[in-house]
Amino acid sequence: MARAAKRGGLLFDGSDWDFDTLWRTYDVIEEIAQDDLGLDLYPNQIEIISSEQMLDAYSSVGMPLMYHHWSFGKQFIFHERQYRKGMRGLAYEIVINSSPCVSYCMEDNTMPLQALVIAHAACGHNHFFKNNHLFRQWTDAEGILDYLDYARGYIQNCEERHGPAEVEQLLDAAHALMSSSIFRHRRPPTPSMRAEKERERKRSEEAERAVHYLWSTLDQGGKSKGSTEEADEYKSKMHLPEENILYFIESYSPALKPWEREILRIVRNIGQYFYPQQQTKIMNEGCACFVHYHILNRLHQTGRITDGAMLEVLHNHTNVLTQPVFDDPRYGGLNPYAIGFAMMQDIQRICLEPTEEDRHWFPEIAGCRDWRNVLKQAWEGYRDESFVQQFLSPKVIRDFRMFALTEDAGTDWYTVSGIHDEAGYQTVRDTLERIGDLSLSQPIIQVIDVDLLGDRVLHLQHRKVAGVPLDDADAKATLQHCKRLWGYEVKLAESSASDPG
Amino acid sequence: MAQFIDRRLNPKDRSLANRRRFIRRVRGAVKKAVDASVQKRGIADVDRGESVTVPGGDIHEPTFHIARDGGHREHVLPGNRAYRKGDRIDKPPGGAGAGREGAPEGEGEDSFLFVLSRDEFLDLFFEDLELPDLIKRSMKQTESHKPRRSGLSVTGSPANLSVQRTMRNSIGRRIALKRPKNEHVEELREEMRRLELTLDPDDKTGWARLERLRAQIDLLVHRQKRIPFLDPLDVRYRFFEMQPEPTANAVMFCLMDVSASMGEREKDLAKRFFTLLHLFLKRRYDKVELVFIRHTHQAHEVDEETFFHSRDSGGTVVSTALIEMKRIIDERYAPSEWNIYAAQASDGENYSGDSAKCVGILNSGLMKLCQYFAYVEIIDKDEALILTNNGNGTELWRSYLEVAANWPNFALKRVAKRSDIYPVFRELFSTEAETSDG
Repeated sequence: MARAAKRGGLLFDGSDWDFDTLWRTYDVIEEIAQDDLGLDLYPNQIEIISSEQMLDAYSSVGMPLMYHHWSFGKQFIFHERQYRKGMRGLAYEIVINSSPCVSYCMEDNTMPLQALVIAHAACGHNHFFKNNHLFRQWTDAEGILDYLDYARGYIQNCEERHGPAEVEQLLDAAHALMSSSIFRHRRPPTPSMRAEKERERKRSEEAERAVHYLWSTLDQGGKSKGSTEEADEYKSKMHLPEENILYFIESYSPALKPWEREILRIVRNIGQYFYPQQQTKIMNEGCACFVHYHILNRLHQTGRITDGAMLEVLHNHTNVLTQPVFDDPRYGGLNPYAIGFAMMQDIQRICLEPTEEDRHWFPEIAGCRDWRNVLKQAWEGYRDESFVQQFLSPKVIRDFRMFALTEDAGTDWYTVSGIHDEAGYQTVRDTLERIGDLSLSQPIIQVIDVDLLGDRVLHLQHRKVAGVPLDDADAKATLQHCKRLWGYEVKLAESSASDPG
Repeated sequence: MAQFIDRRLNPKDRSLANRRRFIRRVRGAVKKAVDASVQKRGIADVDRGESVTVPGGDIHEPTFHIARDGGHREHVLPGNRAYRKGDRIDKPPGGAGAGREGAPEGEGEDSFLFVLSRDEFLDLFFEDLELPDLIKRSMKQTESHKPRRSGLSVTGSPANLSVQRTMRNSIGRRIALKRPKNEHVEELREEMRRLELTLDPDDKTGWARLERLRAQIDLLVHRQKRIPFLDPLDVRYRFFEMQPEPTANAVMFCLMDVSASMGEREKDLAKRFFTLLHLFLKRRYDKVELVFIRHTHQAHEVDEETFFHSRDSGGTVVSTALIEMKRIIDERYAPSEWNIYAAQASDGENYSGDSAKCVGILNSGLMKLCQYFAYVEIIDKDEALILTNNGNGTELWRSYLEVAANWPNFALKRVAKRSDIYPVFRELFSTEAETSDG
C-alpha cells in the first residue's frame, strides 16, 4: 500500500491521521525536500505529544530534558494561563537542534497540519540547523541531549548533597548573568558528556587538595613587595577584558566551591547553545516557512493532497505569516516569520523574473534562475543582520510599507528617517540590519579589571552604544547576584564608547 | 530517514517539580492571598482551587538589559500610510515606545496571576492546623489488607524475582568456588587451536603441551559444569506480606438550633463553620460520615437539605440535641471504632434551667466519647461589641465555660460575621495555642 502511495494518488483524505499516514506522507515530503530542494538533513525523530506535554515542553525552553528550577514552573504557569484563557494557541510544533533532529507534533493537529509541521520543522528547520554556519560553529547537535541529561543529573545530585535552597540560589544568580555570559567572538569548546564527566572528576580531585592557588598566595605575606608584577601576571593570564561573565567567575572567583563552578558552567553552556538561535530568527523561520510552502505546493500540484487540505494549510500558513501594521492593536513588532518568508520568496522571484530594479540592486543573482542554490548559500552563510543587509529588496520594503524611525532621549517625538521610496530603501535596510544586530539590543558587559591580590573587587563595564542606558533597577539586582557568585564587591561602570559602526 | 515516537502515554506533569518549586518560592505571598480570599468568598466554595496574584518582586528574574527609554534609538515599522521622510510623530503617552520590539522579556511582570489547584489550596489553607486529639485508628468490619514488602524469600513467583539480589548471590558463589571464567577457557581453546594448526608432528614437547592443554580445558569445562552460573540456591524473590490496613473512621455530628431565633444569617454562618470542619476532617480521614441533628424543643436527625433549609417552630431545649447525639452514638457509632467529632451552633438561647442539664450530659459521658467538641455561638454584630469579655454571656455560654474548664477537648467561640469564621477556626485548631482561651 505504501508502494502504491509512492507512485501517486492521494496521500490522505480528511483530517484524521494515523501512523501509517504519517509515514507515507513523511516519505514523500522528505523526497521532495532532498530531491527537489536539495536539502541536507539530520535524521528525523518525530514525536507525537499531547497539549499538556506541549505546555511542559514550553516551560523548559523547549528542551526535552532540563534541570529543575522554579523559573521553569513560572514559565509553565504563565503559558498555561494564556493557553487556558485562549489568549494564545499552542505552537503546532517545537523542534530541537539536535541530531537526530527531534520535533514535537501535537496530537490535536489535523493531518494536513501534520504534513505542514513535518515540512516546516523536520525539513526546513532541520536543514537550517545542520547547515547554517552559526549553528555549525557554535552548537554540537550530536552532544546536546547527552549534555542536558548530564546537567540534570548533576544538578539533582547537588540538590541532594547541598540542599535545594542552596542550589536554587546559585541557579538564580547564574540565570541572572546567563545572557551576559556568551562567547560572541571565540568558539567555545564543544561539551560532550564524557569530557564533562572527566572534567567534573578532575574538579573534585582539585577540591580534595582543597587549596585554591589564591590561598597559597595569602600565606606568603612577606613577598607582597613584588605583587604588582605578580598581579600583572595574573591579569595577563585572565585575558581581560572578558565578555563572558560566568566564565570569568567560574574560573577565578575566590569564593565558589567546585560544584558551584560546575553549575555555572552548565548554565553558561546552555546559554551559549541558544545564542545562534537568537541571531537567526528571521532566517530560521523564513527558511522553514519557505520550505513548507514549497513542499506543500508541490504536493498539491502533483495531486497528492486534496484542495481542502491545501486550503487548511494555506489558512494556517497565513495565520502564522500575518504582519499587523504598526497602529494595529495586535501589533507586537516585526514578525520574523513574515519578513523571512517574504525575503526568501523575493529571492526566488528575483532569480526567475527580475525587474530592472532588481538587476540594479542584485546584479549577481537577478535572472540567474538557480534560486535553489542562491537560497541554500544564503541559509548557510548568513545571520539575520547580514542577510537583511544583503537581500532586503525594495519590493519587500514596499510590500510591507516599512518606514524607519529615530528617537532621541528627551524628545517626545520620533523622526521618520526613511520610507519605502527610492531615497529611503537603503536607510530602512540599514536600520533593520542594526536592529537585527544583537549587540544593540543586548548590552555589552565586560569584566575589565580585578585585583586578585588586593581588594578583589570585580570591575564590570557596560559599553554604552548610542547613549542607550541599562535598566537601572534590574542592573542593581543583577549586580547583587553577581556579588553572591564572586564573593566580593562588584562594581559596574559605564563607558560612553563611540558608535560601534 | 525518520522515526516516529508516540509520547502521548508518557507521564504527564513533567513540570510538576518545577511548579512545586515555584509555589514554595512564593509561599509567603500565596499564603496571604489564600487567607484574604477566604475572607472574601464563601466557605462553601473553599473546596476549589483559587487564583492567586503574586507580586512581581518575589519572582522577578533580573538580567542586564537595556532600559526602555533613553539614548538614540531606531525602529522599523510596517504599514506606513502617509509619513514622509523628516516627519515628526508624537510619542504615544506613557512613553511605551512605538515598537515594542525593544521591550525586555520581563515586561508586564508587575504581578503574576496563577491558579492553585484544589490540593495546593487546601494544603495552604489548613497549614499548621492539627487535629486536637490523636486519631483513634481502629478496624471496622471491612478490614482491608495491603501487600507490603517484607524482605526476601527463596520461593515466589517469577514476577517477583529480585534479579539484583539473585545475581549478587550468584557472583559471590562463583567467586568463592573459583568457577573458571568463560574468557579464560576461550583463551586456552584459542591457544590449543593455534598449536594444532602449527604443530610439527615431530615436536614432542609441543605435543605434550597440547595434551596438557586439552586436559586443562576438559578440567575447566567440567568444573564450569559442576559450578553452574546460576544455582537455584542463588535465587531470591521479593517477599510481600499481607498486612491489615488500619482504617480510621470519623463521624462528625452537626448540632444546630433551628428555632425561630435562628435566622438565615445565623444558619449561614453555622453552615460555613460546619463545612470548614468537614473539609478539615476529610483531609485526615479517608471517610467522614456526617450526622445532622437539629433541635427546637425536641431534636431529630435529619438530612443535610432539611438541616440547613427548613424551619421549625417551637421552644429551645438544647439538651434534647445532646441526648439525641448520645442515642445515635450508642446505636451506630461505637466509640472504640469511630473518631467522633461534634460541632454545635446556636445563638445561645436556651430554655432556662436546661443549660445545667446540658453540662450534666456532657460531663457525665458525652465528652468522654468525643475526640473533640466545638461550640460556636452566633451573635449579632452589636452584641459582639458588648460581649468582649468571655465571662459574660448567655446562660448556655456560661455553663459551657464550665465544661471547657474540665475538658481540654471542648472549645467554644463566638462568631459575629463571615470573616470571623476562618480566624476562629484557625484558633480552634492551630498547633500553637490549642485550647481556647476560655
